[in-house]
Amino acid sequence: MADTKRIKQSIYFWIFRAMSMMVVFILVAILYFIVSRGIGVINWDFLTKSPEEGMVKGGIFPAIVGTLVLIAGSLIFAFPVGVFSAIYLNEYMKKGKVKSFLQLMTNNLAGVPSVVFGLFGMALFVNKLKFGDSIIAGSLTLGLLVLPVIIRTTEEALKAVDDNYRLASYAMGASKLYTIKKVILPIALPDIITGLILSIGRVSGETAPILFTVAAYFLPKLPHSIFDQVMALPYHLYVLATSGTNIEKARPVAFGTALVLVMIVLFTNIIANVVRAYYNKKYKK
Amino acid sequence: MIKKILNNFQVGVLAVSSFITSIVVLLIIIFLFKEGSGVFSKSLLEDGYVLVVNSRNTVNSIAPKDIKNIFDQKIISWKELGGADSAIQLFSIDDISEYYSEEQIGSDLEYMDTCINNYIVNHPSVLAYFPKKNIAKKFNGKEIKVGTMGLYEFVKGREWLPTARPVVQMGILPLILGTLMVSLGAILLALPFGLVTAIYMAEIAHPVWRRIMKPVIELLAGIPSVVFGFFGLIVIVPMVQKVCHIDVGETALAGSIVLGIMALPTIISIAEDAIRNVPNNMREASLALGATQWQTIRSVVIPYAKSGIWAGIILGVGRAVGETMAVLMVTGNASNMPTTFLQPVRTIPATIAAELGETSAGGLHYSALFALGCVLFLMTMVLNVYVQVALKKKSK
Repeated sequence: MADTKRIKQSIYFWIFRAMSMMVVFILVAILYFIVSRGIGVINWDFLTKSPEEGMVKGGIFPAIVGTLVLIAGSLIFAFPVGVFSAIYLNEYMKKGKVKSFLQLMTNNLAGVPSVVFGLFGMALFVNKLKFGDSIIAGSLTLGLLVLPVIIRTTEEALKAVDDNYRLASYAMGASKLYTIKKVILPIALPDIITGLILSIGRVSGETAPILFTVAAYFLPKLPHSIFDQVMALPYHLYVLATSGTNIEKARPVAFGTALVLVMIVLFTNIIANVVRAYYNKKYKK
Repeated sequence: MIKKILNNFQVGVLAVSSFITSIVVLLIIIFLFKEGSGVFSKSLLEDGYVLVVNSRNTVNSIAPKDIKNIFDQKIISWKELGGADSAIQLFSIDDISEYYSEEQIGSDLEYMDTCINNYIVNHPSVLAYFPKKNIAKKFNGKEIKVGTMGLYEFVKGREWLPTARPVVQMGILPLILGTLMVSLGAILLALPFGLVTAIYMAEIAHPVWRRIMKPVIELLAGIPSVVFGFFGLIVIVPMVQKVCHIDVGETALAGSIVLGIMALPTIISIAEDAIRNVPNNMREASLALGATQWQTIRSVVIPYAKSGIWAGIILGVGRAVGETMAVLMVTGNASNMPTTFLQPVRTIPATIAAELGETSAGGLHYSALFALGCVLFLMTMVLNVYVQVALKKKSK
């Protein structure tokens, strides 16, 4: 009896192992594909020059700058709002209809497809508020898109903080706000930062929301104000891959652009993990 | 005193922030539906054109679908439209030189309007289609009212030809089916692998393995969809073409594969987190009762983590339904009714992304794309709300 149980277990475990390895293999293969084909293209000129000769030569500097601007623009808006929102939802609101409604809405916003954000951003920021295709319209659209991500991860982080910390702090006479600032947030910080990192990755790669709010096909100049258009890496890759004047000739540049996008995600993840490890050391022991 | 005000102010800021997502959802609904509703009130006739009949013709209005059938020669008699029993005689401004000489029209087309008018008066069963500006000053024809589109036609229409002439066809059924088909395929491919990997990482794998897998999967969750689309275009599409022996690899299947791969990290990370959040004493209690690790996973850990696992699946589905760029790049975007996975299909998000740039703000096509946005929004909203309600019932 005990034997059949063991055998059954090991059969299941081997199936699980094999399928998991397949998944990892597929994912690593994609990474390898992008890295191996893109690495030869990337050099200093590629990163610091403008596109040349109908975008089949030269670099992608304006697109890199555009994407960095959009990351900064959207997170300046979304990070504080998201964290504040999560703090209020988790620490202040009592369980009830209002709270579950607000959480439902946050989850709904998270489920809204990115292209709908694009439509909304175009209708509200570009047309209604007359920002035109601009950094501010694109940043706000992207900011709204990542807001639920930040709220959710922050909320999870706050929920994971042991209630005893709160009670201990109150018992020492600390106010609620003081407890949040000095006790809860520091403990939750590593996880909140993980959420922030996830959103940087998301913002840098989103194409559909910026198609109609900010992205430019080709701009040799860098933006001067928040009402300028910018090029952006994901849109640039889309253009190179599908609609350039010479798609085959543009392939190397496309691979380079894809690799730069992947690198942004890679570096932000590494930084996030370093931060998480550092804080975990500091607070959890 | 000042401290208290400051304190209240800070809490106030927090409170206001917590309402922002609700306000945004509300604004999205308002804008989407406001712009989208235009599709039901605007004329389907090409902008600036009119349809005109002889003034004695008893037909006053023609449904948009019938107009297309007339120009496709599928309706040939006025009788089918409730008029006299005579064949419909189509007249378009491009044909004017067949009926009138250059002298009659005038070298600067100055008599064009009169010629058109004369033609309509002389032909009792004519259906003329020409620019509004060519209506003569003493006009003797009768302008046909073109009905607007109803919700039923919009949802059930089988043709999506938003730039067709003389009337556009805006049936979104093929787009809805295309979206459902690609997403369903993606989830069917991703679900078994995703769940198994999540369980493996959380419960079975050696910690060292987990420490290697976790960052790889986290990293891939962050890879932009356009990169996946690019990968799909260069690797998956040719592969599908070769393996399935078809002429064009850009198919629903290619879309499903790419989307399935994209949904994997989402499903895995969230389900894995949920499983790891199961308290250890649950596992220990089960193991202490003599259950094997597998029995513990199946009967204790997974049921406990169910809600979190569901969240992962739903996020995966939502990502698939709304995914735009990758699908746009690999599915071929043919807007015909999909029948098999080996056919090019066109999804709702891909349609919006591909066509919005060509439209003018406020026009019929623009409105139609917003209406498509409404449909997409409703699809994901229903999915979301349903799951959240189901989760709540379970947890009670």
